[in-house]
Amino acid sequence: MKTDHHVILRIVAKPLIPIISLFALYVHFHGDYSPGGGFQAGVIIAVAVILYSLIFGITPAMKAVPPLFARSLSALGFIIYASVGVWSLMMGGNYLDYDVLFNEPPGGHHGQHYGILFVELGVLFAVAGSMLSIFYAFAGRVTEIKDEDW
Amino acid sequence: MTGYEGADLAIALINVVLLGLLFVIGVAIARMRSLFAIVMLSGVYSLISATWFVALDAVDVAFTEAAVGAGISTALLLGAMLLTSRTAKPEPRAMHIVPLLAVIAVGCMLVYATIDLPAFGDPNSPANTYVGTDYLHRTPEDIGVPNIVTAVLASYRGFDTLGETGVVFAAALSVILLLGFGERSLSASLRNKNKKKG
Repeated sequence: MKTDHHVILRIVAKPLIPIISLFALYVHFHGDYSPGGGFQAGVIIAVAVILYSLIFGITPAMKAVPPLFARSLSALGFIIYASVGVWSLMMGGNYLDYDVLFNEPPGGHHGQHYGILFVELGVLFAVAGSMLSIFYAFAGRVTEIKDEDW
Repeated sequence: MTGYEGADLAIALINVVLLGLLFVIGVAIARMRSLFAIVMLSGVYSLISATWFVALDAVDVAFTEAAVGAGISTALLLGAMLLTSRTAKPEPRAMHIVPLLAVIAVGCMLVYATIDLPAFGDPNSPANTYVGTDYLHRTPEDIGVPNIVTAVLASYRGFDTLGETGVVFAAALSVILLLGFGERSLSASLRNKNKKKG
């Protein structure tokens, strides 16, 4: 990338990408209190990487976040979700019954809070990895966006 | 009371303006041939419908619509557009009549169906009486989470969300299997660079 006619775009996008990722984490951890949750946070993280690849090219983006990593993240998210259910089975409850996770007395909500947080973390990983994999599959088929196409 | 009526009028005006904008964008998308403009307009359509969802108090849906409809799907459609030609094929005018009739017929049926629907926010409507009120009353003692949407999504309906996560994963998997991993182009572009250097 020797051309520098997108210089304003790059300067503006560079500080924005970490802020977008941080906002995704905010959306995830405040899913209990405000709109949002794992799904939206996963989409926002994927958008941060896609913005990077739109501005700096698909090859640097694939170097920063390899396609293999995106695929594995997607599978890992699904495994995290399913294993929270197995955890509650091991504690003697029903599948995905968060009340039994920490052997609390009735009325305690820690099991529910942490269960929801872990499950949403699984959703975040699965959605972010899947969206990135789909984007890579589409964008990886063309070499680069030419200037006259914009 | 006048202040309350004024707020009602303002909300009605906002709804009319937003729905009018959606209608105009829909007509514009149907009449356009340039695929790039159509992709951009569909992103605008998603953003405006997200605004409308906020006006209807469905903030979670609005958030998802803004992130998925305007963010991800615009980027994915741009990627898909680059694989094909830039303009849609022009159709002969006579071919427009059948789809137009179909759209008008479906629209009439939908308007006819809305007459039977309960009014917006009706406390006696089926959606607000049975399981909905149950969730609203029991979430503070069962789950202890202020956002009831999250409580329903992740705890009461945890099995559904597990299935949805599986669907997202399966969708990514099938796209990868159909289109390839995208790694081949990475290695190809690296090879081209090396050739240029050498």
